Amino acid sequence: MAELQFREAIREAIDEEMAREEKVFIMGEEVAEYNGAYKVTEGLLDKYGYKRVIDTPISELGFSGIGVGAAMNGLRPIVEFMTFNFAVLAADQIINHASKAGYMTGGQITMPIVFRGANASAGQLGATHSVAFDSMYAHFPGLKVIYTSEPDDAKGLLKSAIRDDNPVLFMESEQMYGMKGEVSEEEDYIIPIGKGKVKREGSDVTVVAHGKMYHVAKQAAAQLEKDGVDVEIIDPRTVKPLDLPLIVESIKKTNRCVVVDEAHPFAGFAAEIGFLIQREAFDYLDAPVQRVTLPDVNAPFAKNLLDAWLPSPKNVIDAVNQVTYRN
Amino acid sequence: MAKKKKDDINFAPRGRGTEKDGAVQKGVDLPKPTKKKHKSLGLTEDNLKAMYEQMYLQRRFEERAMQQYQKGKFGGFLHLYIGQEAVSTGTVFALNDDDDIITAYRDHGWGLCRGITANEGMAELFGKKTGCSKGKGGSMHFAKTENHFWGGYGIVGGHIPIGGGLAFANKYNQNGRISATFFGDGAVDQGALHETFNIANLWGLPAIFAVENNGYSMGTAARRHTVTEIVDRAKAYGMKSKVVNGMDVFSVYEAMKEVSEEVRENSEPYFLEIRTYRYRGHSMSDPQKYRTKEELDEYQKIDPIERLKTYLKDNKIMKDEEIQEIEDKVEQEVLDAVEFADNSDFPDESELYDDMFAEEEPYFHN
Repeated sequence: MAELQFREAIREAIDEEMAREEKVFIMGEEVAEYNGAYKVTEGLLDKYGYKRVIDTPISELGFSGIGVGAAMNGLRPIVEFMTFNFAVLAADQIINHASKAGYMTGGQITMPIVFRGANASAGQLGATHSVAFDSMYAHFPGLKVIYTSEPDDAKGLLKSAIRDDNPVLFMESEQMYGMKGEVSEEEDYIIPIGKGKVKREGSDVTVVAHGKMYHVAKQAAAQLEKDGVDVEIIDPRTVKPLDLPLIVESIKKTNRCVVVDEAHPFAGFAAEIGFLIQREAFDYLDAPVQRVTLPDVNAPFAKNLLDAWLPSPKNVIDAVNQVTYRN
Repeated sequence: MAKKKKDDINFAPRGRGTEKDGAVQKGVDLPKPTKKKHKSLGLTEDNLKAMYEQMYLQRRFEERAMQQYQKGKFGGFLHLYIGQEAVSTGTVFALNDDDDIITAYRDHGWGLCRGITANEGMAELFGKKTGCSKGKGGSMHFAKTENHFWGGYGIVGGHIPIGGGLAFANKYNQNGRISATFFGDGAVDQGALHETFNIANLWGLPAIFAVENNGYSMGTAARRHTVTEIVDRAKAYGMKSKVVNGMDVFSVYEAMKEVSEEVRENSEPYFLEIRTYRYRGHSMSDPQKYRTKEELDEYQKIDPIERLKTYLKDNKIMKDEEIQEIEDKVEQEVLDAVEFADNSDFPDESELYDDMFAEEEPYFHN
């Protein structure tokens, strides 16, 4: 195992796939000469040149569409968004075109494209830079959505995403780019899309958490351990396809579940998991499923309001206490 | 001139030129057609015969499609291309067969021109499994990618960057191909066009972007939905541009031949405003109150198919009987297509889930 920052793990995945396949290229704002707004693509321009590492203007709709057309016509683009908050401008290309062109032409078009970049909030950036979009994109048929929590997952899953022949959204976090973690040194390290992971084994309660929220859940679990509550954490890693069997297996053991999600509550990931659990594991539940999400409120700027807005370990502990009837 | 009173303020489109507010304005002014004869354009007599057959096929295919739609044989939208056939035909004859074409939802003519058979096209309209898109796309989503026709797209302007992407891949692969992206005049107001033009010139994409300005963005005359001349959009992005008479297949052919050679040679984008006219409504439900009968008549007098027919006869390339022979053949082809579509099966219900993903056994959330 090698200890790598999140950004380094992502870079390794891109670098290895670009070396492996000439058709892979990356484009986005500041990816080339600036070496990446978050230094994810540092050094790639020097290595691969201006043909395959391409600076775009701030035209999310335009360059995403060019990516879609290039994918249709035989290339394998990686389209970087500085954040998925800006990708809202490109949603027409992702939702109306990338996910649908193959189907509506009766399978004449394949769309091997990765849209990647930072997702969700990253400190005091205000209302327009703080939204988690993984649930929203997972709503649409034809898209695969990945939002990882640790560098090892990021490397293995991004390599899978780049090799996938379908549109894949790969989400990261500004606040995690510097986070270090052990990354497999296995040659050509691949994690299949759609496989979750038990990140912490426990017997009292199942906490489902992905992306940045995994770390919130992990902190809560450490606190709860001191109180004698043994938390099992499931990180789905891939939002869609969802590894539901892994979650259900865990609930059969713990009989209790809390879902932690960085998105707003209505029709989000937590809502969906809650529904699926009542359908698949109703008889195993000893308490109603609880969720910890953002409130139905825009991101505030003021530090104290932001802290109240973002799911915290305390919110998770409260929810665990609720499902274990400890309050 | 008296100052406008406060209560005169409104947000109705101002239009351009000297027309008065509220009056129905003519959709487009046509530039003069080319004076060149077919030989100096490099077209053979056989080319002309094939062009005539193709244009007549597009016309009759859609007239029969309209009939079938009115008979309730299929539903959905039906946007007819009738009147604009010279644009697709002139273009496809001018480009190389492996140049990439993509268009908007008024796509039947483009599909036929790029090798979708009348059978495959009509069956697609009917939503049958024998359709070019297996009944998954319908009228707006004809496609034949093996012939480099990437399809019709339903979001106005949404496919313009995709056309740029087709060109990007061609440049990346240095395969000598160019892309040609067609859209209606309504699309020139979309941000997608402006972003794509900027990037296309920035990166030197070998791409032709062509607006088929048929005068109306649904029910809004071009003069009422957009400011300045449409062709001038190119100036802001440093792109070369040209206005073309789209009612004359020779003019379209000539422009496309020249422009495609230049785009291929220099790897740079080019913007064409091809002025044309659609005889039918925006779609089948359009009462067409935004234009006059006289205007329609005026264009029908310069019908592109009649124009080519006259040329064929005047230049003694084809006799009446030979023309009639082609027309009869096409008529039969289209009637057969209706029968084929009618007799074809709908897709099996099990096909609902097919073509969503590239893999054999994909995941579907449930």
